[in-house]
Amino acid sequence: MAETTLPGMVPDTPVASRGYWSSVFRRLRGDWVTIFCLVVLLAIILSAIFAPWVAPVDPYKTSVIRRLKDIGTPGFPLGTDELGRDMLSRLIYGGRLSLLMGITPVINALVIGSLLGIVAGFVGGKINMVIMRTVDVFYAFPSVLLAIAISGALGAGLVNSIVSLTIVFVPPITRVAESVTTSVRNLDFVEAARASGAGSWTIIRVHVLGNVLGPVFVFATGLISVSIILASGLSFLGLGVRPPEPEWGLMLNTLRQSIYVNPWVCALPGVMIFITSICFNMMSDGLRAAMDVRA
Amino acid sequence: MAYAATTTPAKNRDPRDRGGEAQPLLMVKGLLKYFPVLGGVLNRKVASVQAVDDVSFDVAKGETLGVVGESGCGKSTTARLLMRLIEPDAGSVIFDGEGVGEQHGLSVRDMRRSMQMVFQDSYASLNPRLTIEETIAFGPKVHGVSGKEARDRARALLGKVGLDPNLFVRRYPHELSGGQRQRINIARALALEPRLVIFDEAVSALDKSVEAQVLNLLNDLKRDMSLTYIFISHDLNVVRYISDRVLVMYLGKVVETGTVEAIYGNPRHPYTRALLSSMPSMDPGKRTTAPALTGDPPNPINPPSGCRFRTRCAFAEGVCATVEPRLEIVADAERHAAACHMEIAGSGHTKAIPQLAPQLSGAVA
Repeated sequence: MAETTLPGMVPDTPVASRGYWSSVFRRLRGDWVTIFCLVVLLAIILSAIFAPWVAPVDPYKTSVIRRLKDIGTPGFPLGTDELGRDMLSRLIYGGRLSLLMGITPVINALVIGSLLGIVAGFVGGKINMVIMRTVDVFYAFPSVLLAIAISGALGAGLVNSIVSLTIVFVPPITRVAESVTTSVRNLDFVEAARASGAGSWTIIRVHVLGNVLGPVFVFATGLISVSIILASGLSFLGLGVRPPEPEWGLMLNTLRQSIYVNPWVCALPGVMIFITSICFNMMSDGLRAAMDVRA
Repeated sequence: MAYAATTTPAKNRDPRDRGGEAQPLLMVKGLLKYFPVLGGVLNRKVASVQAVDDVSFDVAKGETLGVVGESGCGKSTTARLLMRLIEPDAGSVIFDGEGVGEQHGLSVRDMRRSMQMVFQDSYASLNPRLTIEETIAFGPKVHGVSGKEARDRARALLGKVGLDPNLFVRRYPHELSGGQRQRINIARALALEPRLVIFDEAVSALDKSVEAQVLNLLNDLKRDMSLTYIFISHDLNVVRYISDRVLVMYLGKVVETGTVEAIYGNPRHPYTRALLSSMPSMDPGKRTTAPALTGDPPNPINPPSGCRFRTRCAFAEGVCATVEPRLEIVADAERHAAACHMEIAGSGHTKAIPQLAPQLSGAVA
């Protein structure tokens, strides 16, 4: 190896390499806000999953004599609702449906939207135009109205609200996936892969997917909070789950009439929605920062 | 492998060689690409950018062809046309006697195994999510080499480009310096064991000391792996150092071609002369006060009639506006040709030789 070595030149210093995900994890570990949000979310998700063991009493058990008790009442740490049911147990059980309705549509939309966006971005031309203009049609409606309209048309119920929320979230995810794919497609490494003789499918699998899914995933994490709020909104309007199922939005709706009697207890479902969505948002910001390789 | 019956097997002949020594590795004829300019209500084609207009040249086996010219003259487009990253509108590319993409010729996929390219932006041309090993092994895997063999090849190539395989295989592009990244790009291009490598401004973004190292590396690799290079650059000193022959382009056309000695020692086209006089010199006696060239190149959407250089040429006359000069051989021994009316005998230009013995004139095929 004949090589010109100029005087005073620093030789290439060896640095031990870390994998991409381990470096993401390392950056994440130093971010206390994100860690805190993750812990809170984990606590909410786990308590929802293990609700039968975590919840102190039956969330469906009503009592006429102990309605709308204050927070801190012995035996009912978070008080009782308008039918005398234990708020703590209902909030824990309510997390099941609220999280299901918050996360499932986003996962569905992530799959459908990424597929549409990557195809549109990579193929370009007429296919891009057809997909993106169709997506634009959905942008003409505010997301809340769209969700209400589709839910209303399909009828109330858990599955129907998940379907309607999925339809609401496909357009924004498609847009993000398309714009990221378009920018990645024009980078030299895709050209170099084509110059290596690789076909479109191999290039998408090896070179495009890894670069597109990161940003799209981060964007989708941010949508979970919107989804939880929209799902609660649908339940609030009577288009989601039906009473007596515990669901945060629905609980907010039924407790609405009692707001002058015991405002603190009535606000609790809203507080849960707020905490969960803000944690998802902060976590998404933290992930975005941690996944930026150039940071 | 069907060898031509007339070729005699030499002792150390490349087994991939098909056309024999005299057959140029690459013959480009009439390469043409006009990019449509879309506009109007229905996105119709309203004009076209004449990026590469009727470009023809040969690259002999084992030589390095330097391609120079200003920004936007079609150097990079030519490279991409050769790699078929852009489909040419017209023209043929013959690789070692086989027409690329033609019936009974070489398929584009096979051509890409024999011809590879190194891009200018060393960062953008590496996938940030793949390790160095995965990046280099990708090409061979696409062509059916097993995973293990491709990884072994990647390690061997890292050694060849002067990087310690044990330190680099598991690393990511953002952990490397610009020079290291460009070495990786070179290794990636060599992973398919090509015969021709196109360098599109491959060293332009590197600082001078690293550039010198990479240029020496290229010379070593060329010798060790019996490669042929097309080296695109706007740095005339670099081209002079690395090339055997030079092609000067202006506004999508070849204006002059010849050996390095001919082009740098005896430039015939006014554009080549202007380019060379714009080269920075260390000699204070060669200080230039007047700019070699003024203005920008004309718009390639609507290039000047006749000779495309006439709008900036100090010697432009009437004939330059009406007749397009062909590439005319000026010195046969040096494979020197220029497309200028002043070099074409009897062209009508006042500086041209009025009449010439017929055996000395002739257009480049």
